Amino acid sequence: METLFLLIPLSVVLVLAIIGVFWWALYNGQYDNLEREGERILKND
Amino acid sequence: MSAITADALSRAHSDAQTGIYNDKVVRQFSVMAVVWGVVGMLVGVTIAAQMIWPALNLGQFGLEWFSFGRLRPLHTNAVIFAFGGCVLFATSYYVVQRTCQTRLFLGPLAAFTFWGWQLVIVLAAITLPLGLTSGKEYAELIWPIDILITAVWVSYAVVFFGTLATRKIKHIYVANWFFGAFILAVALLHVVNSAAVPTSFWHAYSAYAGVQDAMIQWWYGHNAVGFFLTAGFLGIMYYFIPKQAERPIYSYRLSIVHFWALIFTYMWAGPHHLHYTALPDWTQSIGMVFSLILLAPSWGGMINGIMTLSGAWHKLRDDPILRFLIVSLSFYGMSTFEGPMMAIKTVNALSHYTDWTIGHVHSGALGWVGLISMGALYFLIPRLFGQKKMYSVPAIELHFWIACVGIVLYIAAMWIAGVTQGLMWRALAEDGTLAYTFSESVRATYPFYAIRLVGGAMYFSGMCIMAWNVWMTVRMGLKAGPVPQVRIPAVDPVHA
Repeated sequence: METLFLLIPLSVVLVLAIIGVFWWALYNGQYDNLEREGERILKND
Repeated sequence: MSAITADALSRAHSDAQTGIYNDKVVRQFSVMAVVWGVVGMLVGVTIAAQMIWPALNLGQFGLEWFSFGRLRPLHTNAVIFAFGGCVLFATSYYVVQRTCQTRLFLGPLAAFTFWGWQLVIVLAAITLPLGLTSGKEYAELIWPIDILITAVWVSYAVVFFGTLATRKIKHIYVANWFFGAFILAVALLHVVNSAAVPTSFWHAYSAYAGVQDAMIQWWYGHNAVGFFLTAGFLGIMYYFIPKQAERPIYSYRLSIVHFWALIFTYMWAGPHHLHYTALPDWTQSIGMVFSLILLAPSWGGMINGIMTLSGAWHKLRDDPILRFLIVSLSFYGMSTFEGPMMAIKTVNALSHYTDWTIGHVHSGALGWVGLISMGALYFLIPRLFGQKKMYSVPAIELHFWIACVGIVLYIAAMWIAGVTQGLMWRALAEDGTLAYTFSESVRATYPFYAIRLVGGAMYFSGMCIMAWNVWMTVRMGLKAGPVPQVRIPAVDPVHA
């Protein structure tokens, strides 16, 4: 099952990338003030 | 300086900072989405008819390019990548601009994605009937076209993420997370699965072989469903349902939670396509377990979208566009329940290789992907051509009902055919031999192929009604004057 040598490292890298992006979102303040963000799209255009 | 002059000056300053949204590429993709929808569904109706009347393969006239085996991938590619793809491009380009309150990044590159994608589609329409294929499901196109796809897709990623990077609003609206995940995942899936060693311009050997190739293929195939057909269209849902209903998403918090859960879980579900094959048992079990877990984040999305109408259900009575959007979610819920059930090994032992799989695919494709696309396009097209609404709202109603009846006929027919096949194929006589021949199972399911053709033809005719309505709306819009140039509203720095 040699493809696992590709798929498993790929999946690990992917999981690390996902954790990294989530960490960025959290510390960048993306998840502060969620209710207002939900309503914002209704205001423009 | 008086207060009035200061105020006028600051308004003039912010006017100069803003510009116009790039809706030209949105218009182009929206119109072509409708065209490819008609084409792809017509091919679908054709191959459904060929399964009932094999003479329609036109083999006796020596027209091998019209045979089922060659038209089937033309159908799948046309509806997923041509129709679905154009819908995704149109809506993601529209949504990312409006939620970031900035013009699309690198407009000329966005124009390249349009023309490049249309070229991919035309090349597919030529090569597939000619029998040029890699043999990989939903990845049949030969390697030179795969390279073109990569070029278009990288450009798409640059335009989309570039627009996010130059956004004027700090928060990235949840729909853009779904679009972003879909774009990145598809890039990864395409590059890995299409890896091949060419022997000529028209042919290549897959970089993988045997069950290894099968695993890569269905890691790709299921994530094509999970990211292209699910995450991408959930992005569409998260923008167009609140906009059409004029209410915010039921729980913005839930949208974020289920986003992360969904994109993490989907990657592992692929092995459920390979139950009871040469794939190792433990890999099959992973696929099964993660497919079952996937039910939760999927239903999170469904509930979030549907409950957005909480306190405003009456809007469904009078607004057929909203009906398309909301009913699509109920089919999404059905399919994301049916899928995990079919991913259970014992269930799969009955359903695999039967028409139940086709029924499941089309419940998701016609019910979820089709209806949400139609709702989004009905929202977009009037606005893109300066109209208050579509040329004929009664035609939207008619389309909705024809489409729903068509879907139900299609999937019910395939459920019955599929379970019949599964039961007949495994039935044993007293002496332990097979009770039925294969041709007996074909005869038993034959009437349901006819019902499926009726259902599919109804769905196709609904699409034709939409094409007519879109044509009339566009014509009216173009006659009324130049297409609208929508100003990007100035952003109040305090509230960005």
